[in-house]
Amino acid sequence: MKRLRVLIVDDSAVMRKIVERCLRQAGLELGEVSEAGNGAEALNLARQTVFDLILSDINMPTMDGLEFVRQLQTTENAGKVPVVMITTEGSESRVVEALSLGARGYIRKPFTPDQVKERVAALMEGVQ
Amino acid sequence: MSTNHGANVGSSPNCPQCGFQLRQGGGGLATSAKLNPPRGVVETWAPVLEAATREVFEVMLGAPLTRRENGRHPPVTELTGMVGLAGYLSGILSVRCSHDSATRIAATMLGTDGPEAKQQLRDALGEICNMVAGSFKSKVAGLDEACVLSVPSVISGADYHLYSLVHGASIFVEFEFDRTPLWVTLDVECD
Repeated sequence: MKRLRVLIVDDSAVMRKIVERCLRQAGLELGEVSEAGNGAEALNLARQTVFDLILSDINMPTMDGLEFVRQLQTTENAGKVPVVMITTEGSESRVVEALSLGARGYIRKPFTPDQVKERVAALMEGVQ
Repeated sequence: MSTNHGANVGSSPNCPQCGFQLRQGGGGLATSAKLNPPRGVVETWAPVLEAATREVFEVMLGAPLTRRENGRHPPVTELTGMVGLAGYLSGILSVRCSHDSATRIAATMLGTDGPEAKQQLRDALGEICNMVAGSFKSKVAGLDEACVLSVPSVISGADYHLYSLVHGASIFVEFEFDRTPLWVTLDVECD
């Protein structure tokens, strides 16, 4: 079974650890897990490595998650990577904007491991 | 940086100095009377603030909070996490606690009592504050669309006074987390 290369983007190191733990609890076979503290760092990583899944916060300094997704779509080899937004910002307009930019799913903080499993596992069925 | 968001900015939606989005139809962020929530409404939000805080601790930490009701105003504590609110609600949401309490929060979130918990206690408190603010605005009808949050900040050290430039209502709830007190405060502009 293929081990997933995952990129977790959040300005909180604690939240990045929690997201990784939730992914492992969801039963996903994780390979390399990379972390970025903002959209700009994430974009640099995504240009160097082809990930199988990206989970990104929205509200971050330097470059927010929406701009990251927008620029990711125009990045060679990275535009088709499924992106799930994980954020406290749950307004309908931001959800719609994230999805219209190319995000494939949305998880609102606070979240349970089951919620992460539900969103991500279905998205990854075709990959693993 | 000296930036006067109270200045008359005409119809410009953004501050020319820092890009911060300003309210339209008034003289700046805090002077448009018709856009602020009434004080009477704000003062009914304490139970919502309590529910939002409980939700974050129960879901992310698996740790139910105990409510304390001794009526004393939140003191200056060793650590204060803050998130700014802008839009229909203009103000600050803060979470105040001791160093030990923040360490326990970080340890619970990370699932470790090791040195990492002490290294990440400010990060953890800021994220808790961020999630409480997000949960709070999701529970008040219409706020999700009408209000945005800043990235969180954390003040470390008890030798300070916090002077909010918000002239309005202040509501707070006091809890006990792991046998130590924790306060959540919302200071917002109101009419």
